[in-house]
Amino acid sequence: MRYLLLMCGQVEAPEPAVVPEPRHASASSDGEEPCWMPWTREMEARGVILHDGAQLQPVATATTVRTSGDDILVADGPFAETKEVILGYDVIECADLDEAIFAASRHPVARDGGVVEIRPILAY
Amino acid sequence: MTDIQAAVADAFRQEWGRVVATLIRMTGDWDLAEECAQEAFATALTRWGSDGVPDRPGAWLTTTARNRALDRLRRSKTEAAKLQEVAALSGPDELPDYGDSGVTDDRLRLMFTCCHPALTLEGRVALTLRTLAGLTTAEIAKAFLVPEATMAKRLTRAKHKIRDAGIPYRVPPAHLLPERTGGVLAVLYLLFNEGYAASAGDDLLRPDLTGEAIRLARLLTRLMPDEPEAAGLLALMLLQDARKAARLDDDGDLVSLEDQDRSRWDSAEIAEGITLLAAALRRQRAGPYQLQAAIAACHGEAATAADTDWQQIALLYGELRRIVPSAVVELNRAVAVAMADGPAAGLTLVDNVAAGGELAGYYLLSATRADLLRRLDRRQEAADSYRTALVLAATEPERRYLSRRLAEVSS
Repeated sequence: MRYLLLMCGQVEAPEPAVVPEPRHASASSDGEEPCWMPWTREMEARGVILHDGAQLQPVATATTVRTSGDDILVADGPFAETKEVILGYDVIECADLDEAIFAASRHPVARDGGVVEIRPILAY
Repeated sequence: MTDIQAAVADAFRQEWGRVVATLIRMTGDWDLAEECAQEAFATALTRWGSDGVPDRPGAWLTTTARNRALDRLRRSKTEAAKLQEVAALSGPDELPDYGDSGVTDDRLRLMFTCCHPALTLEGRVALTLRTLAGLTTAEIAKAFLVPEATMAKRLTRAKHKIRDAGIPYRVPPAHLLPERTGGVLAVLYLLFNEGYAASAGDDLLRPDLTGEAIRLARLLTRLMPDEPEAAGLLALMLLQDARKAARLDDDGDLVSLEDQDRSRWDSAEIAEGITLLAAALRRQRAGPYQLQAAIAACHGEAATAADTDWQQIALLYGELRRIVPSAVVELNRAVAVAMADGPAAGLTLVDNVAAGGELAGYYLLSATRADLLRRLDRRQEAADSYRTALVLAATEPERRYLSRRLAEVSS
């Protein structure tokens, strides 16, 4: 099954988020690997397929769009004002919810006080 | 009831969970499994009358339900993938092994899946009662005092989550097993407690729920014979259930442990509980349920309230608190200490618990404090605490008990 892991936390990434690199990129030029790299290696070793994933720019950059008739309503900020914001996401493919829970529990965001929301992706 | 009706009713109690559990494994469809199981039992009512009761009712029912599922799948599904599903279903080796082969029992898969932590606690309880115990939605709704439509929605929501979120139908692998087993035991104990000390309503005891909880705990101990906590939980339930005839007086009022007529305790249940507990403790993996059962056994073994080994009980609560740090456990330890060393020693512990703030709003905290103050003859303070407890108590018999004590200290 495919799951979206939404990485949520109260704190923004301290640095403006780096432009997401492809998961399979080698260590970045300064020799330090991103904090999620060990996680991707661990998941791949377990047979969890990582389809996509990225760290997001800070929530200050969020824009919300609604429509009303022909009007496009644009607002600054996330869709819900909550303490916890979405920091990033991963789309994974694994056997079942137990595997997805394991993947979430091992992610640096979950291990650093954040919350991971697991959403099964609707399959057609 | 005719003999046939009685035979089907008996088979229902014995086999419902197994038939449903097997059908879910075969079809992956919880609703289909339940419906086909229901139809199999309905068919049994007519067929057993004409053909006689089969030697192995469980196998007959499972086969009948499976054939019904096959029919339905054939009729409703045409795509190649679904036909493969049907083909797999018709395989000869898909029927459960009714012998003692060590093959995982489908009911254990069902139990772990119903109690998966990704479901709401109330969803876990309801699903366990529906699919494993075979209670109807109406019966479960009645037991939990909610409208039937609410309960139906709760069950549907839980089943859909299992399907849509990919909750696996299996006994968890070793690394998840201890935690998930704890989850199953917690659901069964919650079920028992809901029947033993109803959290709402006018009836303090609901023997239907305690009976189902004991039945499911028995099943679990058979399915997990090497898990001492499962045996500990069953022992705990039996030792508590043994006191049920003495817990309420003729007016339906709560009788405290010390005032209970111990000749009305069920000595067979106590003996079974103690035997189970002794065997579990020999495995040297004491856990919270074994410890609580050991405490219940101390009460069960005491011929009179005065014979109770309160020192031992206080020690056991201390051990329990070490494993499960909880203010409720500490409150119980305080009661035991009060009995062993006097109400003043107990009151000190109770006041510590109250200062912790965790149990604010818990009627037993105020009720315990009130009882200790009463024993110390601090009547005014006792009356105040009884009044607080009265406001917080949830059931009518509890309120009557507290009112009686309040009248005593106020006179």
